[in-house]
Amino acid sequence: MNTLNTNNPYGDSHKHHILSVIVQNRPGVLARVSGLFARRGYNIYSLAVAPSYDADFSRITMVVDISATPLEQIVQQLFKLIDVVEITELNPRTSVEREMLMASIEVEGDRRAQVVDLAGMFEAKVLDVGSASLTISLDDTPEKLDDFEELLRGYGIVESQRTGRVALPKLEREAPKGVTKGKAS
Amino acid sequence: MVTSGPAATNMVTPLCDAFMDSIPMVCITGQVATTAIGTDAFQECDTIGITRSVTKHNELIMRAEDIPMAVRQAFHIATTGRPGPVLLDVPKDILINTMEWNWPTDQEVLDALPGYRTVMEGDAKQIKAAAKLLLSSERPVLYLGGGVLKARAAEAVKELAEMLQAPVVTTLMARGAFPDNHPLCYGMPGMHGNATAITAMQKADLLCALGARFDDRVTGKVAGFAPEAKIIHVDIDPAEQGKVRKPDVPLTGDCRIIVEEIIKAIKELQAAGTAQVDITPWRSRVNGWREQFPLVYEPSEPGARLKPQFCLERLRDLAPAGTIVCAGVGQHQMWTSLFWEFNEPYTWVNSGGLGTMGFSVPAAIGAKAGQPDKTVWAIDGDGCFQMTAQELVTATTEGIHVKIAILNNTYLGMVRQWQEMFYGERYSEVDLAGCPDFVKWAEAMGCVGIRVESPEEIDAAIERANSINDRSVVIEFRVEEFEKVFPMVPAGAANDDVLLHPMQESRREFLK
Repeated sequence: MNTLNTNNPYGDSHKHHILSVIVQNRPGVLARVSGLFARRGYNIYSLAVAPSYDADFSRITMVVDISATPLEQIVQQLFKLIDVVEITELNPRTSVEREMLMASIEVEGDRRAQVVDLAGMFEAKVLDVGSASLTISLDDTPEKLDDFEELLRGYGIVESQRTGRVALPKLEREAPKGVTKGKAS
Repeated sequence: MVTSGPAATNMVTPLCDAFMDSIPMVCITGQVATTAIGTDAFQECDTIGITRSVTKHNELIMRAEDIPMAVRQAFHIATTGRPGPVLLDVPKDILINTMEWNWPTDQEVLDALPGYRTVMEGDAKQIKAAAKLLLSSERPVLYLGGGVLKARAAEAVKELAEMLQAPVVTTLMARGAFPDNHPLCYGMPGMHGNATAITAMQKADLLCALGARFDDRVTGKVAGFAPEAKIIHVDIDPAEQGKVRKPDVPLTGDCRIIVEEIIKAIKELQAAGTAQVDITPWRSRVNGWREQFPLVYEPSEPGARLKPQFCLERLRDLAPAGTIVCAGVGQHQMWTSLFWEFNEPYTWVNSGGLGTMGFSVPAAIGAKAGQPDKTVWAIDGDGCFQMTAQELVTATTEGIHVKIAILNNTYLGMVRQWQEMFYGERYSEVDLAGCPDFVKWAEAMGCVGIRVESPEEIDAAIERANSINDRSVVIEFRVEEFEKVFPMVPAGAANDDVLLHPMQESRREFLK
């Protein structure tokens, strides 16, 4: 992951796009996708993979950097992979996005209460409590996660992990832009 | 079909070659038994991982009953759309297991590939736009790539060219797609293209790219390539649209079908009263370049080594009709492409995209196996020949009789040329003066070996080679060591800055 801007791990929001990619759930499919990005020098900000509603297919949600390569080229190259069935570019206005953050913080006394308060305000969960530490998780929009992470930073994050975003188009709204389906070469 | 481990790794270069040149190919590799996979077993390698980026698709088969579907899919994927290599990795136990026989139907093959569909027909609106652009352009050039041959579109393209009377250039991969002896054919563009083809593209106001991919060896510096040209880009691979140069009219689909549709659209426009812009001034300008800048070389001095271009001209003129020509990679390849006259499609076999040295001997054997009634000449360099000459043992064993012409300049000539021109004559690792005796080597492999050292021996040697049909023949031509390929666009330069043959450099001003 490439951090261009400390407040937003996805960098300049105009230069990144979310692709939702349905692939056949076959061995090596993730290696094919990541190998393509590596070979052609495309940048991925985040990548999340899991089986979709249909066990034969997986959904890969990826945030790609289009500052060096036009989005169409990334989509067309991706679509040449035989296992890629459908690619949808998700417009943030017509889709829902979620991401999860876990963070371990070393904190004692009053400051610990402050962190617990902060977690409450963000509706984060306290997963583990030690005598001088807390582990917290939050799932929300990536922007909320940015804010929360920034505030926690003041308390001393020991370790943190974000999942990368997952996203789905909202149903019964305007059609998602740029569906590439059923044509390849 | 090869075995596991080292045999599979030896396939990486051929697969990559086929991938770069869009050659349909199915490769079956052996693999260690499924129970041994992942244990670093004897002759185990991660074939699927290694070949993933050099194949159109690859697959490890884990059950005997999956073999029929995998094989049918492999041939379907390799031969449709943009052709390419497909690899099947088959573990040992899968090969000897028994299975219930099944053979999937076409529909079942398609259903199992929901992510793979090929678009053949072009978009009707864009076809009309292409037709209009072709009729309204003052300086059109048809830029033919290897896709014309893949799509069996040569006839359709000829009709289009004649209908428009537009100049045609054929890239290295498209030599023969349009006859060289046709008055509209201006030959090969690119780094070692002829000055006319290069300049025609540079000055064009419309490039109609048919099955061509704007390779860096054709465009030179992209920012300086055909600056005034609008682009019609016909390609079966949607990812080629806009990869290098943004097209004004993108047309994704089969080249033959699309060209036929464009012809129809032009006829309709003409019937409705749209006449083609007069392009005779353009034609005469291009013809002027052709007159001013023919391919040239200085004849050899008496007693000096042979000129490779002269050897090629004699090979060309003495070759039986329909001869298939194969080449390795380097100077001899460029000279062959420039000096041979390709008048029929599918008579030129070479390694374009990957530039695989040593390509010609095995390619010639393959061409002869596929077309046993045709004469097959491999034009090779001394460097290339040393990479794959041993395949002639196979040719002898299998009775596949090919003819090899080695243009032996005792150098890796193209690399030597770059070192001379761009690296201050600091020659490094290019001197092959210690090369073996090619005649003895040929004879040791069951071939006839002939050495040619003076111009008067050339014709007799070629005629003898052409008359031998019961074994392979190797002719070694001892050619000029320091001969260079011209014209040349230096790497990274714009095509306008093409270096002409020194004999023509004084005439550069005519190239306007």
